[in-house]
This record gives sequence, C-alpha cells and structure tokens, in this order.
Amino acid sequence: MQHFSKLSFIMRKVAFLLAFLGISGFSFANEEKEFNVSEMIMHHIKDAHEWHLYGPEHGGTSIYLPIILLDNGLKTFSSSHFYHGQPVTIENKESGVSMHYVKGTGPASEYAMFHEEIYKLNEAGLLEFKGEHPHNAQPFDFSITKNVMSLLMGAFLILVIMFSVAKFYRKNGAVAPKGLAKFFEPIIVMVRDDIAKANINEHKYEKYVPYLLTIFFFIWFNNMLGLIPFLPGGANLTGNITVTLFLAVCTLLVTLFSGNKNYWGHIFWMPGVPVPMKFFMMPIEIIGIFTKPFALMIRLFANITAGHIIVLALISIIFVNKNIGWAGLSVPMALFISVLEVLVAFLQGFLFAMLSALFIGAAVEEAHH
Amino acid sequence: MDLILPDLGLLFWTGIVFCCLLFLLAKFAWKPILNAVNAREQKISEALDLAAKTQAEMKALKAENDQILKEARAERDAILKEAKEAANHMIEDAKSKSKVEAQKIVESARLNINSEKAAAIAEIKTHVATLAVEIAEKVVRGELASDEKQKALAEKLAGDIQMN
Repeated sequence: MQHFSKLSFIMRKVAFLLAFLGISGFSFANEEKEFNVSEMIMHHIKDAHEWHLYGPEHGGTSIYLPIILLDNGLKTFSSSHFYHGQPVTIENKESGVSMHYVKGTGPASEYAMFHEEIYKLNEAGLLEFKGEHPHNAQPFDFSITKNVMSLLMGAFLILVIMFSVAKFYRKNGAVAPKGLAKFFEPIIVMVRDDIAKANINEHKYEKYVPYLLTIFFFIWFNNMLGLIPFLPGGANLTGNITVTLFLAVCTLLVTLFSGNKNYWGHIFWMPGVPVPMKFFMMPIEIIGIFTKPFALMIRLFANITAGHIIVLALISIIFVNKNIGWAGLSVPMALFISVLEVLVAFLQGFLFAMLSALFIGAAVEEAHH
Repeated sequence: MDLILPDLGLLFWTGIVFCCLLFLLAKFAWKPILNAVNAREQKISEALDLAAKTQAEMKALKAENDQILKEARAERDAILKEAKEAANHMIEDAKSKSKVEAQKIVESARLNINSEKAAAIAEIKTHVATLAVEIAEKVVRGELASDEKQKALAEKLAGDIQMN
C-alpha cells in the first residue's frame, strides 16, 4: 500500500510540472472527498463477488454472481444480498479508526462481507475487529467470483476456438490450413517445436506437448481477456496469485513425476564433485526444486498485475486532477502500455510454457558422460 | 496483503477448470490437430523426397537416352559406311569384270577380223589370178586373130629385140 501512495505522489508532481508548462488547465481544488487511487486500483485488481458493468462503484449496474458457501452444508444465494445489504460502521475506541462492512440480508443474514471476504457474524450479529482485520470465523467460500466467471469464459473461449480448429483438420485431413486453423497452426507448431522439442529430449517430448499447449493457451487467452476493460474481460485472473500458484504447482508435479534416476541423482548426490560438496549441494538442489516453480508463480502474477496497475494508474491521472484535459496525457500513455501489455500477454504465456519445458527437459535428461 | 494470499475457492475452481480443459483439449483438440500437422509434414517430406528421386531418375534416363542416341548414330554411320564400301566394291568389281569381258570381246573380234581378212585376201588372190588368165587369154586371142596382126606383133617383138 505504501508504494501506491508514493506513486500517486510522484504522479502529482509530474502533473504539477506539466500543468505549469501550460499543457493542461489548473484545477487542484480538493473540497470533496479525495479520490483514492490506490484503493480504486486495489479494488480493480482483486477478486469480487459481483461483475461491475458501469455507473458509480456503489449503486452502479453490476451482475451479482452466485455465492456458494460450505458452512454446515452448502449455502447458495446471490451476492446482491451483500451488495444491497446493511452497511455497518464500527469505531475502534482505542485507535479511533472506523471500520465499514456490509451485513448480509435475507439468506445471507448470518454473514457479513468486509473487503470481499465473507465472515460469520458473532452472537451479537457483529464483526469483531482486531486491528484492521476481523477475527470472526470464515465459511469456505466456493463462490463463482469475478475471477471464476472469467476463468469459465476463458476456458469456454479456448474450447470453442480449438475445437473449431480441430474440426477443420478432422474434416479436411492433412491439407494446408485455412481460416482459424491458419492463424493458430503456426502457434501450435511453435509450442511443439520451439518450446517442447527444443527443451525436452527428442524421444520423450511428445508426451508433454498437450500440457505445454494447454498451459500456453490458458495463460495467453486469459491475459488477453484481462486486457479488455469491459464484460468478457476485465478480471485480473492471470494476475491472481491463486491461479499462478496452481499453474506453477502443475509444472512442479509434472517435473517431479517425470524425474528420472539421473535427475534425482543430480539433486541428492551430485556426480563429479568431492563428497563434502555433495552434502553441501544437496539442500541447495532441494530448495532449487521449489524455487523454480515459485519464480514461475511470481513472474506471471507480478507481470500481469503490474500491467493492470500501470494502466489504471495512468487513467487515474484524469481523476486525481479532476480535469478532462489530462486525458491528452493519460490516454496516449495508457494506450501505449495497453499495446505493450498485448505483447506481454503473449510473452508471459510463452515464458511460462518455455520454462516449464526447460524444467521438464532437465528432469527427463539422460546422463551423458 | 490478501493480494498475495491464495484463495481456496478460486484454487478449487481453477483446478477443476484447468484439469477439464487439459483433458478436453488433449483428447479433442491437440490430438487431431497435431496428428493432422504431423501427417501433413510427413506427406510434404515424402513428396519432396519423391521429387528429388524423380529428378535423379529423369537425369539418369536422359543420360541413358543420350547414350542410346549416340550408339544409334554410330551404328547408323557404320551401316552407311559399310553400305558405301559394299557399293564401291560392287562397282569396282563390275568395272573390272566388264573390262575383262570387253577385252575378251575385242580380242575375239580382232581374231575374227584377221581370219576374215586372210580369207578375203586369199579369195581376192584366186579371183585376180583367174581374171589375169582370162584377160591374158583374151589379149592373146586378140593379137593372134589375123595374119597382119601376127606379122605386126612379130615385127614389134623383133623390133624390141633389135633395140636391145
């Protein structure tokens, strides 16, 4: 949170300079409640139980997504019971900070939502705050959130496109591709040749091609969906640590289950080094097993989240200064970053698949000495 | 802080969706697509091989054709040469044969002519002798037809003798 306020400080400085140069009008009047850039950005890059379409953040038009809770049985209801719930404000007597949360209504009346997290209310029907967070019990939340919805739509899109590509080949046999197949075939062949074949032993790579293709297209398509600012896109799915964690764990598991004698030998008893070094290398190599997928997880999460933050921050310049003239600066910059993000969307998918192939390749490599 | 904390619900759905996606795509998309692409690559490389092979065959065939043509030409030349030689030989033969024949004919003609000539000369000789005798007889008879003539003759003859 801290560096976001720093960011807004720098932005304001830049804006001030530009205003001074006469690029835009001067309007710094801050009578009303100040526009909080970091809160807005964090709200956009995090998951939600609604899909906001247009209008103001509170009271605008949204799609209320289903809430599914596992709490002494399955409970399902619409998230509108929270978004149109009963706002509660609790003031902490010691620090003087007031906390705002929403108490559910109707079927959600046993629960409250605080920053998109669902908590069980205590006997008094309140949330108990300890510092900044409530310490009430939480039900297991399997809701179809914005990210889950985006995930389903992304998966549906990939299935529709790839099935139609597959249908072309099933119908026409081994001929020169046309239409969708013409567009996707070079990419599929690139994953097969430049990612799988280039990194994995020539006799074993074929087994891993479906996994690498799926992971590449999953990341690429969802990255692209994330760049669309309205309904089919807009969720920050591939910039969510949960999703990147899952993908990284998949690669870890594939690597571990493919590991041959040579691979485990290099981890537990490094050949070609003196015995004391063997003991020294072992913990390093064991940590190395986990740092590789960990880096995969962080890389995808950080790249995509950062892209969303930059675009939102650039758009915020207009709202921070409350002057449409700033659009002359903010829109071209946001456009530039968005175009860059199109490249990053592909690149991150490629990198994830490439590095996964590299790790798998190292795990199935035969000893050659 | 909750930005970097995994969420159980999302993890659950991501797991289900990704596994279904992997299964469905692997079975119904990647397999047919990759099979088709591989089959086509195979087809293309086979076609290229075949083209190269055909080209080599064509080249060999052309070389063979050239060889055959060359041989045919040489054979033709040889046949022509032989025929020419045979013709020349025949002409030469005919010439020499006819020469000999002609010589023979000429020789026999000459012999014939000579014998004919000799026969003619002999005949002419006999004829002339007969004629001379007949003429002499007639002359003698004329000279001796009357006395005066006999006397004139005798005188003449006597004159001749005197003169000598």
